[in-house]
Amino acid sequence: MANRRFTEQPLSEWMRSGGKESEIVISSRVRIARNLLNRPFPMLATNQQSEDVLNQLESVLADERMQQFGQLSPVLLADLDELDKKVLVEKHLISPNLANESRSGAVFISEDESLSIMVNEEDHLRIQCLYPGLQVQEAWDKATSVDDIFEAHVDYAFDDHRGFLTSCPTNVGTGLRASVMMHLPALVLTQQINRILSAVSQVGLTVRGIYGEGSEATGNLFQISNQITLGQSESEIIENLYSVVMQIIEHEKSARERLLSESRLRMTDRVMRSYGILLYAAIMDSKEAAQRLSDVRLGVDLGLIDALSVQVLNELTVMTQPGFLQKKFQVSMSPGERDMYRAKLIREKLGK
Amino acid sequence: MHCQECGKRPATLHFTKIVNGEKTEFHICEACAREKGELIPGTSGGFSIHSLLSGLLDFTPGSHAQGNKAPENLRCEECGLTYSQFSKIGRFGCSSCYKYFNNRLDPLFKRVHGNTVHVGKVPKRVGSHLQIKRKLDDLRKELQYRIHQEEFEEAAALRDQIRELEKNISSE
Repeated sequence: MANRRFTEQPLSEWMRSGGKESEIVISSRVRIARNLLNRPFPMLATNQQSEDVLNQLESVLADERMQQFGQLSPVLLADLDELDKKVLVEKHLISPNLANESRSGAVFISEDESLSIMVNEEDHLRIQCLYPGLQVQEAWDKATSVDDIFEAHVDYAFDDHRGFLTSCPTNVGTGLRASVMMHLPALVLTQQINRILSAVSQVGLTVRGIYGEGSEATGNLFQISNQITLGQSESEIIENLYSVVMQIIEHEKSARERLLSESRLRMTDRVMRSYGILLYAAIMDSKEAAQRLSDVRLGVDLGLIDALSVQVLNELTVMTQPGFLQKKFQVSMSPGERDMYRAKLIREKLGK
Repeated sequence: MHCQECGKRPATLHFTKIVNGEKTEFHICEACAREKGELIPGTSGGFSIHSLLSGLLDFTPGSHAQGNKAPENLRCEECGLTYSQFSKIGRFGCSSCYKYFNNRLDPLFKRVHGNTVHVGKVPKRVGSHLQIKRKLDDLRKELQYRIHQEEFEEAAALRDQIRELEKNISSE
């Protein structure tokens, strides 16, 4: 069954290649929100109406132009148990919102998991593209071409004045949310992060935790995304995000260089201690795991730790999440037990 | 200060609730807050963008002074969502809500986006009319520029192009 593959492999195919600036930028993501004309938004739709929307949107997948994106497997949310949903959220293949409101909710996922098309989320249609490293433009190019194919078959709710009409007023206009996930340990260590993040918020961008709205930034991972969707064109939004991200990368790089040149010994001590703890600890809560993994990732990037690939760290970032842990060990766990299994998993993965 | 619910743990959350103009202060610990399902800013417990938005929606400057229809009577004829429901949940019920609530949306969009008018992508079929209008705007701007540069041959070609497009629009 197609579902199983998506929930059992921790690492999506798309994450295996590095992409531009991959020592600082983990991934780039673009999603666009669309709705069908003359149909109530999913929040108010009846079961029948939601099902009709799903059928109509699913039929577009038959368009032969869709083939360029590879096989798209349909996954009905109603067919998944809570744990599988959790894993899909942890892999960013569906939003927490789709996992919760699953009335005729569905997602179509491409083989390499870089394209996921959500149906009956907050909006009828959400097209999401994920790429490794800094590739927002590439992600947008793909998302907009998928959008064009849908638009050739279905009538969108669109208004000359307001643009694409969305369920939430924060998405109206372009319906575009572009975001870049960044690993910024040196800016955190040198205490420049707050200054930079507040500057970011003044140019129409926002910073969130790695699982989107309301989630905390752990492990020095920050998700930078556009706040404004109305009154700016898509290319302006993408360019604005790109240029701000490039500037943050420069700051992070120079902070890393300074840390290395001014306190190499302390840095080495810090990353090696974290590495040691990950290798030998018997209990590891998620917050500590994220922090230690961040230290080790920095150590790898700075060349202080070799014999370890960033890919293993990417894998661990996903695998140490609660849903995936339970999936992996096939037991439901109390938070305390999770900490034990998490430590066990990390030891196994790194000990190889 | 101890938590007013359990009386044991120290109170770490202090907030004021105003319901129907009646003010109540709370001093509770995080565990009790979670149990009671109170909205705690910064946690996934419930304080969301939508609750933030509804704060913005209640504020509609100048609406009373201009004698607009009161929000209580304002509803979307298509899906039935009332404006007051919308201002509570912060989400539209259907695309027609944009039409029925239109007069009240500019201040909201201004606050959220700093803008009120879409300038981005236009769908090819539904928005074909708008695409021509945008193209016309661009051509007219270029025409002005050419005239200014005294490049009259190019200007004449642009003028013809504009006439052609205008004809298309009026014949639709």
